[in-house]
Amino acid sequence: MRLTLEVWRQADAATPGRFERYEVDGVTAEVSMLELLDILNAQLVAEGREPVAFDHDCREGICGTCGIMVNGQPHGPEDHTPACLQRVRAFSDGDVVTLEPWRAGAFPVLRDLVVDRSALDRIIASGGYISTATNAAPEALSLPVNKHQSEAAMDHAACIGCGACVAACPNGAAQLFAGAKVAHLAELPQGQVERYERVRSMVATMESEFGSCTNYGECVPACPAAIGLDVIAHLNRDFRTAVVSERRGEVPERTDVRWLARLRGEAWWQSDPDDRPGDTPKRS
Amino acid sequence: MAATAPERSKRSPFIVELYRSALGKKYVMAITGIVGLGYVLAHMIGNLKLYQSAEDFNLYAETLRELLYPIAPEGLVLNLLRGVLILALVGHVVAAAQLTAMNRRARPESYRSKRDYVAADFAARTMRWTGVIVLLFLFYHLADLTWAVTPLHEAGDTVYDRVLNSFNNPASAGFYILANLALGFHLYHGVWSLFQSMGWNNRRFNHWRRTLAVAFTVVVIGGNLSFVIAVLTGVIS
Repeated sequence: MRLTLEVWRQADAATPGRFERYEVDGVTAEVSMLELLDILNAQLVAEGREPVAFDHDCREGICGTCGIMVNGQPHGPEDHTPACLQRVRAFSDGDVVTLEPWRAGAFPVLRDLVVDRSALDRIIASGGYISTATNAAPEALSLPVNKHQSEAAMDHAACIGCGACVAACPNGAAQLFAGAKVAHLAELPQGQVERYERVRSMVATMESEFGSCTNYGECVPACPAAIGLDVIAHLNRDFRTAVVSERRGEVPERTDVRWLARLRGEAWWQSDPDDRPGDTPKRS
Repeated sequence: MAATAPERSKRSPFIVELYRSALGKKYVMAITGIVGLGYVLAHMIGNLKLYQSAEDFNLYAETLRELLYPIAPEGLVLNLLRGVLILALVGHVVAAAQLTAMNRRARPESYRSKRDYVAADFAARTMRWTGVIVLLFLFYHLADLTWAVTPLHEAGDTVYDRVLNSFNNPASAGFYILANLALGFHLYHGVWSLFQSMGWNNRRFNHWRRTLAVAFTVVVIGGNLSFVIAVLTGVIS
């Protein structure tokens, strides 16, 4: 397969960039997006030209290092798949493929397709953790976790921090990223102590660098970990609780919609094992 | 001596802190949006009296002015309602403008390739434009039917006459139809979106949010458009 690549070339953060056109021949269908760049780079090096810089590490979809915009689609044409696991079989012979870096105010381009994503680290550093002594592992059964909540926490923790949600968002917002971490820790007993201080602090950091959610939902198909929009609602709710009720950290009250529960003819305080998130019993 | 508790940082009143954040502005968008939703629904239902008779419709328009009179002074309730609506409108527009400015800053450079939007539908991507159209229409609508300062009307026309004058004029009727379609797209995204912004998220009702958005939009916009079409086709004359 012969492909024409339009690649963003930029020498460094201060120099303005431009697109350059390259022809790549002999590409087979199972080649990944990153291997396509490898082939291009081998060609460029052989010609004595500067290879294209791009981020990559594990190449098996778990590290979150790679990330490029392929024909206007974050990571490539397939949903919920990082660039390293996307194959060029989506293209046909003679296609023009445009490769661009992630675009967001918070993600300055460092070189070619490499952007600085440390703004995401700053969100995590401002609260995406629990403060605990890290010595010998405690007895696991001393802190029971509801099965449904542990599953939900694991789903939210699946974020690999690639930044595709920000790249996909027309507002350059990082709500899905921050929401996933807030929801992850809010599901677990260990996360309760700093629950509301965490959301306050993470939202402040997030808003100082990123845009705001207008519920486009574009981040969800782009997300390799398939994080859902519900984490954004969770983020909004915990933030409101933190600010309006002046809560810091405590066992949360059940935040179900009470009048709806009453309409259903059940007592709202009844524990529904399928319900999530945050259905910890009310503190007595 | 080591501090046992961290110094409590001085915080602004919660409403200020909330509004300062973009998440808080989204709450403002949602709450003022709910006020607007209630208004457009009540407005549509009230105007159904067009189908009853001219007398009923004019009586309804007059009654609105003396709502709860003589319990409350004449016009008080109406003006209170107006105040709430104006406040909600101003809050909605100001928060939207601030959020838009923030989002433009957060995304200074766009992609060269055409974005292949998977999830963001037409309604979501045109919220700002449909919002502006509806806002412009609002002023026209007030000038047309409330203040009756447009050249379509003559002195002594009743509210019913004004509606007929306005809808029988092709340009005016066209603007009414266009604005209602814009409002429809705005409502469709807004009704769904407010659940996210308010943090109302529960697996028990999440799948109803889209249905509610469609139903609400169809009822309100269907009703509103039916008035214009009924006048244009002579069903109401």
